[in-house]
This record gives sequence, C-alpha cells and structure tokens, in this order.
Amino acid sequence: MKKLVFLAVCMLASAMMYAGGYRVSLQGNKSLAMGHTGVALIDSSELVFFNPAGLVHLENKLNISAGGFGVFSSVSYQNGATGSSTETDSPVGTPFYLYGSYQVNDWLAFGLGVYTPYGSRVEYMDDWAGSHLVNNIELAAIFVQPTVSFKINDVLSVGGGPIYVTGSVNFNRNLSRTLTDIEGNRSEVTIDASGVNSWGWTAGVMVRAGENVTIGANYRSEIILEADEADADFENIPNSPLTPFADTSAKASLPLPAEMTVGVSYKFCKKWTAAFDFNRTFWDVYESLDIDFADENIPDSFNARNYKNASTVRFGLQYDATKMFTLRAGYYFDESPVQDGFFAPETPRNDSNGYTAGLTVNLSDRFQIDASFLYLHFKEVDASYDAYTENGVAAPFGGTYKSNAFVPGLGVTYKM
Amino acid sequence: MKNTFKYIALAAVVGFASCEPEFENSVTDAGFYDTGSANLSNYVAVGNSLTAGFADGALYILGQENSYPNIMAGQFALAGAGDSFTQPLMNDNLGGLLLGGTPVAENRFVLSTDANGNPFPARLEGNPTTDVTTSAAGPYSNMGVPGAKSFHLVAPGYGDASGILAGTANPYFARMATSAGTTVAGDAAAMSPTFFSLWIGNNDILSFATSGGVGVDQTGNLDPSTYGPNDITDPNVFGASYTAVLDALMAGGAEGIVINLPDVTSIPFFTTVPYAPLDPTNPDFGPQIPTLNATYGLLNQAFAALGVANRSIQFSTTGPSAVVVKDEGLTDISTELTQALAAGGLDLPTATIFGLQYGQARQADESDLLVLTSSSAIGQLNTDRMAELIAFGLPEADAAQLSVNGITYPMEDQFVLVPSEQESIATATAAYNATIGALATARSLIMIDARAELAEVASTGIPYNGGILSSTFVTGGGFSLDGVHPTARGYAFVANLAIDAINRKYGANIPTVDIGNYPTVQVHNNGGN
Repeated sequence: MKKLVFLAVCMLASAMMYAGGYRVSLQGNKSLAMGHTGVALIDSSELVFFNPAGLVHLENKLNISAGGFGVFSSVSYQNGATGSSTETDSPVGTPFYLYGSYQVNDWLAFGLGVYTPYGSRVEYMDDWAGSHLVNNIELAAIFVQPTVSFKINDVLSVGGGPIYVTGSVNFNRNLSRTLTDIEGNRSEVTIDASGVNSWGWTAGVMVRAGENVTIGANYRSEIILEADEADADFENIPNSPLTPFADTSAKASLPLPAEMTVGVSYKFCKKWTAAFDFNRTFWDVYESLDIDFADENIPDSFNARNYKNASTVRFGLQYDATKMFTLRAGYYFDESPVQDGFFAPETPRNDSNGYTAGLTVNLSDRFQIDASFLYLHFKEVDASYDAYTENGVAAPFGGTYKSNAFVPGLGVTYKM
Repeated sequence: MKNTFKYIALAAVVGFASCEPEFENSVTDAGFYDTGSANLSNYVAVGNSLTAGFADGALYILGQENSYPNIMAGQFALAGAGDSFTQPLMNDNLGGLLLGGTPVAENRFVLSTDANGNPFPARLEGNPTTDVTTSAAGPYSNMGVPGAKSFHLVAPGYGDASGILAGTANPYFARMATSAGTTVAGDAAAMSPTFFSLWIGNNDILSFATSGGVGVDQTGNLDPSTYGPNDITDPNVFGASYTAVLDALMAGGAEGIVINLPDVTSIPFFTTVPYAPLDPTNPDFGPQIPTLNATYGLLNQAFAALGVANRSIQFSTTGPSAVVVKDEGLTDISTELTQALAAGGLDLPTATIFGLQYGQARQADESDLLVLTSSSAIGQLNTDRMAELIAFGLPEADAAQLSVNGITYPMEDQFVLVPSEQESIATATAAYNATIGALATARSLIMIDARAELAEVASTGIPYNGGILSSTFVTGGGFSLDGVHPTARGYAFVANLAIDAINRKYGANIPTVDIGNYPTVQVHNNGGN
C-alpha cells in the first residue's frame, strides 16, 4: 500500500541528480569542462576528489579551488494510452565544491575537500499520474574529506583519506493511486530526515609513465546512509481505523555506491592535453528502498530498485590557447544503473550523453577563473516501474520519459 | 559592462529553465489523437442517476466529477474536441439535497467501522448545503437526472419545484430545469448536441426491484400518470418515451450512443445477502433452534395435511439456515392453515395468528434474491409486528417471539425478490432492451451492451492494471456503497466502453483511461475530519 524513499542532506546546497541514479558528477569546473575526467590529470586541487595521489605533484605550495553549478533539469512524461502528460518543475540544483592542498615537502602533501557527489531534486505536479510513486524529492549529501598524498618515487604516488558524509532527504508521495480523505484530497506521506551521518574512504594511485603520459586509478568506498529517526508525516488520511496512518518516525537506509575510476592523460604538441576516464559504479548494492515505520499499525514499505553496476566513459581535451586563456571540451557516455521494469520516476534516468566545454581565464599567476558548461542529453525512452503493487496485485506505472539538463558552472582557483 | 553581464546571465537562466525536453510525438500535439469522423464538439449526456454520476446513495461533487460522461468528455478534449462539457455540480461532498431548507435527499454513504473494526456503510453526517431553490439554471451538458424513468424525460413539469413534494416533479431536475414546464429531453435538445449518449430505463424496473417488488407490474397500462413510484413501466410506454427522446436529441442531426439495461442479478444490491444467512453458532439464534423447530413442527404438520409440505420450515443446528420469507407468488392459505392448526389442537386465537402470519410463508431458497437492505433487518425484532400482535391480545413475550424478522416473522415483500417478481423484471428488461437494440439499429447509433458487460463484471470480473473489477459489494471495486450505482472506477469502465465503441465506429483515436486511477469506496468514520 505504500512505498517511499528516504535519504540524506543538505545544509548549504542541494545537488541535482543525474549521471546515473542519484550520482551527481559535478566535482570541479576544470574537470567538468573536459567531460568530468581527472583521475590522471595533474592540474589543480580538484585532485582531492579525482585522485588524491596526484596532489603531491602540483607545482605550487598552496592550491585552492572552489566553485559551484546551476543545474537546470527537466523531465517530461507522457502516456500515449491514456493521454496523461506532465513536466517537472524542479528548482535549480546547486552542487558545489571546495578543495585545498598544501605541499609540505617534496614527497608529502595534505589536502581537504568538501563536495556534493550525490543528490537529487525532482518536483512533479502534485497528484500527477505517477504521484503514488513520487510527488517530489530533494536529497543531498555533503562529503568532507581530509587527504594525504605521498610520492613514493618520481613515477609512483599514492593518496587517500577518510570521508565524512552528512546527508538529508525530503520525499513526498501519495499513499496509493486512489486513497483520499472525505473531500477527495489525496492521502500522502512526507519522509524527512536530516543530519544523517556516515563514514567512508577514498584512495588513489598515480603513475607518471613518461614525460607526457600519466595513468591514474582511484577508488571511493561505498557509504550507507542510515536514517534511524526520519519523520514520517501523513496528510489527508481518512478518519478510519482501516487507514491507520498516523505521524510517526521511520528507519531507512540509502547506499551511496562505491566507484572505481581508471584513466590516462596525454600531453601532445606542447599545448594540448587529452584525457580518458572510465568509471565503474557499483550500484548493485541498491537492491531495495525499505522504510520501517516505528508505528506498528503502519505496514512497512518495500520498494524494489534492483540497480545494476554501471559504467561511464569520459573524454576530455585541453588547449592552452594563450597565456590568458585555457580552453576545454569533453564528452561522456553515462550508462544508467536502472534496469528494465524498475524505472521509478523519482530517478528517471536512462542512458545519457554529456557534452561539455569550458575555459579558464588566468587573471594572474595566482588567480584563475574557471567556467564550464554541460548539456546532458537523454534519449526519449519508453519505460515502466513494475514493482508497485496494490493489495498484492502488481500495478505497473509506465510511459514515455524524456529528460535533459543544462549545467553552467563557475569557479575560482588560487595558487601560491 | 556589469549590467550587460547581468542581463546575459539572466537570459541564460530563463533560457535553461524554459528549455523543456520535447517528445518527438507529444500527446499534446494536435493530431496525436483524433475524433475520426465523429463530431464530438458538443456532447450532451441524457439519462438518470447513472449519467449524473450518482454514487453511494447520493449525488455529490466528487462523484459527479467521475461521471462517465465527464470522463468521456475529458478524453474527448485530449483529442481536440474542446472542453465545453458542463455539469450541474452539487454544492458539497455530503450529497444531501434540500428543498427550501427541508431535506429531500440523504447524504452519501461512507464505509464506517463499528467498535470491533467491522466495516459497514453509514450515512455521512453533516448538514447539506445544496438547495433546489437556489441552484443555478441549466441546461447543462450532463442532463442526467437521478430517479428519472423513461417517460419522465418527456414529461412537462418534471422540473417544476412546486411539484416535488407531491411527487410529480424531481428535485434534481428542478435544480437545473430552464423553466417549470420544460422537459429533460427538451432542455437537452436546446443544447444543440452534435453527439449524445442516452442511458435510460433502469429506474423503470429498478425501483420495483430495489423495493423488493412492492410495486405493480404495469404492463398493459399505457398511462404512466397512474403509475406508483415502484411500478414496472409498460414496455410500450417505454418504447414511445425512448423514441421521443431520440427524436428530440437527433432533430439537429446529432449521432450518439445508447446504453442498454443490465440484469438485476449483476448488481450487488441483489446478490450480497445470502438466502441462508442464519448461523447456528450465533448465540442469539443457535440456542433457540430446538424451540423454534418444535413450534414449526406443528406448522409443518398442518402444511403436510394441506398438501403443501414443500412450505415446511426447519432450522439446522449444524449449518446455515435459510430465512423465512413471505412469497406473494404463493396461494394464500391463511384460512385453511388456521383450521388445520385448530384441528390439530392449537387454541383458536393462536391458530388464527399463525394462519395469518404463515399463509404465504416458506423458507427461502437459492432462487430468492434478498435485497441489500435486508441485512440489517434479518434476525431483528420487528417492533411494528410486535405492536400488532400485542393489539391482538398476545402477551408481550409471546408477541416478541413471533416478531423476529426472517426467523419467526416472514421477511416482508420489500426485502426479497421472489421468483415471480424476478420474472416480471426479467420480462420487462428483455422488452426494453429489445426496443433499445432495434432503435439503435434503425438509427445507426452505437449500442453499448451494458447487460453483457455487467454480467461479465459480476461473473468473472474485468482485469485492469492492478486488480480485477468485480461486483462484489465493498471489495469488488465496481459498485458503490448503495449496492446499485457504480463507483468512480465502475463509471470509468463504462466511459472506456463508450470510447472504444466510438473509436471503432468513427475511426477515431481517443485515449481511454486507466480505471485503476479512479477511486472505489470511501472509508470514513463520522465524528472526525
């Protein structure tokens, strides 16, 4: 009779979802402009996220990068059999990042990163055709990562650090396709949790295979956000013991999956750098979203997700045009972790193609402005979520979806 | 420079925000759906409570919004037919109706629960705010008038508020009639429909049926002004009225749909209460069985002596027993019964009472249909009968013992449709449906075979996305809490039948609805929000 979602945080900003599932690949303007490559690029303190092993190779003693993005994302839905249609009216998502690194000596550097790699913000029209699955969702997770980077020799370096995560979620959906109060207002539930904290880690290795070739690998661990005291707020519930939905607390957990990245960068013709990254995200940990209501009268909610592991391939190109300007462009193909029959409108993501571009303006030797732009293109897709049931009978929800996202970003880099 | 940058940034933000992804073929594009050769630009629906969206024993806004004509019109609009469909919406979701402040129709039923959590239909409490005398004038696209019979649609004065209490006018039509003297068909025709639907005739038999057959079968009487409210309409009167309504609706060249009449056996009002509901494990009934059987033993001897042993009454101590009913189809043997009982040694006053009480009595069998409202009467003390018996001179205790509905006092006519009454209903239904079918053929109208469709709902049920629509009371999803009228989901099913038929006949492509998205019965306990 019900199903819900839960999740994790945001104090300063909320991140928008895409890049497969609720992973938001917007962890640096320089990197995004190059197709969000970076595991083998030695360029800026964005390495805190992309590969801590590279920090020790940065030329300057102090490196700081900060920035943010505006995520303008839309989803259109229609069902040709019934004629129903809708478009999301999602608020602008604002993922951000702040990285710093400090070179202690020739073989040791420390770093610190604050970034938002997971999140989602989707608002459908209230009571739309799929409102029994989701009306709106806002989830965010802020990662804080102290980092250390060692140079083992001129070829090999390693790095890593612990990750502290604080997350929040706010999720609303209707309890079923038809339940209302006596005046016809749809019965709904809002799950709200904030300050959900957890720990994880990241580690990377970098090999400078030659003067112009760098190879990198980075692993970020799985982090499970467990909300023990989420608020479950039920509205428009009929006055009847047959619908015992009273406000209560709830337990739920949401996995932030592990991610493995390998990549290579190659400098050529003096002014050019090419980069290639491959991500493997271990989404199969996300089998089901289960919500355990504290009130025993309220049946717990089990929502199959059955995500599969998914890959992303990324290409980037950088051109040092002048002393003043550095130009970048990139492309990536992002495989969706959502399997056939599990396309839930709270994460309406099929495979996508990302086209990126950007530039850096070198205002001085110390100060840079970084700008980037991403257009994320999804093909129109016929998809359904088949695991929804009412009274034990499956009631698939399907239709045609089409999504896109426009993401301008702006940041600064400071070196000394 | 600074301002220029601001404007560019602002333009970019507006640009991204308005850049919605567009489908190659959007359902909102002209031409995605089409109405084929049908002209649906001005659809008018004519009929009774079913057309009005009546449900749960009342007409209320939520029910009206889910009337099958309104659902159809909504889908027509998706196919570019415009959205000019209007309905005489009530003022609230209570459903009661007032006439100058005096209630003339009750509030709707909701599914309530008793102290043990057992669900039962209860009238929603609250003061209705819809008054016949203050309602806006019509005509409306939805000309469904709850309670209307076939001949009412062409009866002048049926919307005259001054005739409501006398029974010559209908409060629902009085709300929207354009004048006191107009007819339903006349007001509908004045809408100049390009397309119409007509579903009428249900009440011509149903009011006889739901009243347990207390009315008269008027077959042969061609003057409907002499009919009582619970009578069966003469098939010729039905045919003439139906023809006149079609003439009025089609005068401007409109095409349309007619819907025929379901069997009463498809409707939970007649199929929910079993004929043998008496449970020997019930502490109020079980312990009484030996005494009851001893008393009925005397009666059964008399029945046998009179050659009607098949009327014998006996309750089982191990399984469910049938209720005792009064069958008007049986020869009344009160006098003979009294004599036989007296001859058997019973004192004359008692024998007389027994004779009168059981002169047309028998135990029910599977051919009887107990109406939904009997469920609250069975096994209950009939205080009216008890008062009568006390007036006859019986001691109070004896009078009470002989006044238990369905156990000692035969279920009255209003609670049971016996085979002879069912036969009258079936004969009339068949005659009406023959007329509807013939008129549809002669006038090239779509006919929806509601009789066959509802029979399927009642027998196997109709699968839909997320369940099976059936006529099982409360849980089947097809029928509302009055047991007669569909739920919103049931009406959506009817709308889909009509849309499918239009698509076939006119080469149209109008989307149907997912009936699983339409509600069924409303749970609610009075005393809360």
